[in-house]
Amino acid sequence: MHMADAMISPAVGGAMWAVSAAGIAYCSRKIKNDPDESKVSLMGVLGAFVFAAQMVNFTIPATGSSGHIGGGMLLAVLLGPHAAFLTIASVLVVQALFFADGGLLALGCNIFNLGFFPAFAAYPLIYRKIMSEDATKTRLSAAVILSAAVALQLGAFSVVLQTKASGISELPFLTFVALMQPIHLAIGIVEGVLTAAVISFVWKANPLILDIPCRKAPENRIPVKIVAAVLLAATIIIGGFLSRHASDNPDGLEWAITRSTGKEELESTGNIRKLLASVQEKISILPGYGFQPAGAAAAPDSVSPETGTSISGIVGGSVTLAFVLILGFALKKVLGRQQDRVSDGPGHG
Amino acid sequence: MAETARSFYDLKYIDTLSSLDSPVHRIDARAKLLTTGVFIVCAVSFPKHEISALIPYFLYPAVIVPAARIPARYLMERAAFLLPFAVLIGIFNPFYDREVVMSVSGIPISGGVLSFVSILLRFVLTILAALILMASTGFPGICSGLEKLKIPRVFSVQLMMLHRYLFVLASEAVRMARARQLRSFGGRGTGIATYGSLIGHLLLRTLNRARRIHTAMLSRGFHGEFHQGRPFRMRLSDAAFTAAWCSAFITFRFVDLPQAVGRIIMGAGS
Repeated sequence: MHMADAMISPAVGGAMWAVSAAGIAYCSRKIKNDPDESKVSLMGVLGAFVFAAQMVNFTIPATGSSGHIGGGMLLAVLLGPHAAFLTIASVLVVQALFFADGGLLALGCNIFNLGFFPAFAAYPLIYRKIMSEDATKTRLSAAVILSAAVALQLGAFSVVLQTKASGISELPFLTFVALMQPIHLAIGIVEGVLTAAVISFVWKANPLILDIPCRKAPENRIPVKIVAAVLLAATIIIGGFLSRHASDNPDGLEWAITRSTGKEELESTGNIRKLLASVQEKISILPGYGFQPAGAAAAPDSVSPETGTSISGIVGGSVTLAFVLILGFALKKVLGRQQDRVSDGPGHG
Repeated sequence: MAETARSFYDLKYIDTLSSLDSPVHRIDARAKLLTTGVFIVCAVSFPKHEISALIPYFLYPAVIVPAARIPARYLMERAAFLLPFAVLIGIFNPFYDREVVMSVSGIPISGGVLSFVSILLRFVLTILAALILMASTGFPGICSGLEKLKIPRVFSVQLMMLHRYLFVLASEAVRMARARQLRSFGGRGTGIATYGSLIGHLLLRTLNRARRIHTAMLSRGFHGEFHQGRPFRMRLSDAAFTAAWCSAFITFRFVDLPQAVGRIIMGAGS
């Protein structure tokens, strides 16, 4: 469910970064003003706990495969929305850096998909609502399972939207939805059952840990709605604005280049041609290279322009790759020798 | 079991790498953060069928990996481990985008195949960038770099707390998982009932630990701020590092070098 950098466009990645950064800033202010100071260490340790819990697998009955907890809903239940959002965000940062699990540009998307929905949608709108009357174990389990499943459904749908908006995957929208939602429904239910098992164990062992029955929700209700509205508006505005700029400008540039060099026939037939055309245009406007007119004159018909581009792309690509690899090996040789001479010891643990 | 232990050792391994010393390690964290950001944005911003223009970006890992003394083998293993996810998402492109865009010595190649290969290349590049940043900077370094770049103090403290307790709790969990494994025959006891109480116990212990930690930190004068040993100063060489790499990345973005090289070679050959 973690999105990778390779799947998103800079416009979508940037917009979601802005949204998640705003969320982090808002929640940080909330936590800073929270009179309960022990929350800071609680958040840190619970973030580490999520990793620890992921080191323990359990067997999914009748399938033989194993799974582990995701932890988003668990954190929301234990910490409340603001602290949970920050903790989930920090877990995702660590996953992106230590495991390259979810990219750095996609971090904004991942924080939104996996943090916002459990903390600010499922927790206040489902979990709190169900738990507002007197709590029983069944009620608690139902609330946890339902909110975990809904949070993951929303997150998965959000993944689809972000991927489609980026335009890297060719999967049609409905097929993508039909693939993602059922898979994540299953994952969400498993996640909910696991979370419910852990929470009800803790509740039995030490009920005070969960602050459960509460009619004091009103003071909580308005900010959550405001955050949701602001974040949604920001997504729409920034997303719409940035993606328009991202998609219009390059086309405009291509158009301008085609116009100025007087090869209008290239721009008419679809995106790919336009793309190849722009690549060609870029090369042809490089002043120093005299090879292109010569090549074009030598073989006007036998090599179509696309084939020419593709072959030189392959040749050039392999040459560049070989160059880079050789450089890397040479550097490793030289630097390795140098460093060994300077300090042979602490590094080679 | 083997897999969970493995992810724990991965965690430790990259943390160890980041505590080595090299010219790259000594560069200011902010400089490396900025360079990594520009690298990723440039590499990802290409049109979806681009392949050849992405290749020059391998220059960055090819130079930094040896210079930072990161074992290339480790990075490759990590990339190979994650590659199935990229394949899973990209594999549909060849089926849905069948328009033939070019042909190489008579073999037609569709746009979908191109964009699939492009996704894989982007994937490897962005993974390498993230792992290189981590292995050459270290998590505390990245956190204080981010703090200097004005992320909220609460969040940077949260990141550092998480990092500090990660290894303690993770090794505890790995021990628990191993103990359960040794006591379960034919997979008995690995189901949900045991799981709930196992993780529940871990959680209770964690909460107690959090309380002790908080008291201990308060009694040692913690005021919501961690202090970094290494002084933070942006030197001229740090700025030069960022400026040089960023301008290279931006040049690669707008000038298709491999294409030009190929044309020169083809031109010379004919």
